[in-house]
Amino acid sequence: MAELKDSNELSFAEVEEIVFLLKNVSDFDLSGYTRSSLKRRIQRIMNLEDMDMVDLKNALINVEGFQQYFIQEVTVNVTEMFRDPGFYNKLNKDIIPYLQTFPRIKIWSAGCSTGEEVYSLAILLKENNLSDRAFIYGTDINSKVLDVAKKGIYPIKKFKEYSDNFNAYNSTESLSNYYTARYDAAIINHDLRQNILFSTHNLATDQVFNEFHLITCRNVLIYFDLKLQEHVINLFYQSLALFGFLCLGTKETLMRHDIMENFKLIDKEYNIYQKIK
Amino acid sequence: MEKTASKIIVIGGSAGAYELIVEILDHLPTEFSVAIIIVLHRNSKYETKIETSLSKRLNRNVISVRDKLPILENHIYFAPPGYHTLVEPDCIFSLDISDPVQFSRPSIDVFFESAAAVYGKNATAFLLSGANNDGSEGLKALVNNGSTCFVQKPEEAVINTMPLAGSLVSEKVKVISNQHIIDYFSQLM
Ligand SMILES: C[S@@+](CC[C@H](N)C(=O)[O-])C[C@H]1O[C@@H](n2cnc3c(N)ncnc32)[C@H](O)[C@@H]1O
Repeated sequence: MAELKDSNELSFAEVEEIVFLLKNVSDFDLSGYTRSSLKRRIQRIMNLEDMDMVDLKNALINVEGFQQYFIQEVTVNVTEMFRDPGFYNKLNKDIIPYLQTFPRIKIWSAGCSTGEEVYSLAILLKENNLSDRAFIYGTDINSKVLDVAKKGIYPIKKFKEYSDNFNAYNSTESLSNYYTARYDAAIINHDLRQNILFSTHNLATDQVFNEFHLITCRNVLIYFDLKLQEHVINLFYQSLALFGFLCLGTKETLMRHDIMENFKLIDKEYNIYQKIK
Repeated sequence: MEKTASKIIVIGGSAGAYELIVEILDHLPTEFSVAIIIVLHRNSKYETKIETSLSKRLNRNVISVRDKLPILENHIYFAPPGYHTLVEPDCIFSLDISDPVQFSRPSIDVFFESAAAVYGKNATAFLLSGANNDGSEGLKALVNNGSTCFVQKPEEAVINTMPLAGSLVSEKVKVISNQHIIDYFSQLM
């Protein structure tokens, strides 16, 4: 048996070199991203493109459009409609009734990827007859996933899982009421897309752009170190109306951040918080 | 004061591994200076309450990994279903929701590879029963980074595919019987 040595195994020092380079030659700053995930994702790009460190650095500096491509591939865009059905249940039961009391409801889905989370929220609003009073902003660092989100057309094969999620959330209706199947595509109904705006926004570097009653940022903070998390949570705090809600992913928490004292924990399992001061 | 673990033991398992894992945990000494991190394949749609029930029964720190938890001595961690678990260079956990690897999330390979990069010779790995090849790539990375690697004796595994694949990775991967695995853990310091 030969000892199998992965010769192109990336080191943490090399990850730092790439982060440093990118920061200097582009608007993208990955300094606050978790290193083990970055290492894996960069390694993956190098394997896909058959590049070594020299090639990669060269491409980041000299190849038109490569920085954008690199960001697209280094970020993880996996998402689902009604991911964590219990979370949507909770929203429906406890948060929506509260939001209903506002004359207008502004929602921000930060790190919305290809838009499935945004359309799930739109369905929730529609079920509660709130579509006309609500507006959802879906933002992401990656403009390519936002193009998919804007189109609202997904491979139909994904809808098996999405329907299972939806049924776990609400078994009386069918998700198929909200899209049209055409060949191998599922097209989100047009009336769901009113009052939705998708736009690029970088949580690490961009500012507050509106005031919201509900912010969801799920499965994004896991890619950030605690310092960058602190920064982003501050941004959310400033973007929330008083008594507005912040929803994180099921494994993410505000508990380790000082700003927690300005929030009330609403749901421990799904990490829903309310701004109380 | 709870201290960050400077040494870790990582355990990967799939179908047929759970019973042995419970037996291992039953035989642990009251205190030990490593962290034990377990990646067990299980369905995310039916999040089992393994951690809570074990934690109660054993009356110890059995924890389901969450975002950025520190890796502490004398703690037992389980990778949560639906995410990949990774180890960061500053010895804390991070989670990742990228696609399953070989149909698995958590992937044992992904976890072992990151543990290898951070802990190197301070990691000891066990690969147990399972019906697929997850963990072999990870063992390769661990061996290359100087970690000590064991696989469950395939003849004793409920399903031998996983330990068998692991045993073929390198001569440095040692095959070990169930009894020896349990002895190893009961003698931890
Ligand atoms: C795993 S997806 C989460 C999608 C969805 N929220 C969910 O939970 O299903 C993470 C998203 O965060 C985005 N992201 C990563 N860094 C970002 C940043 N600095 N600013 C905004 N979005 C970012 C990625 O592009 C990706 O689409």
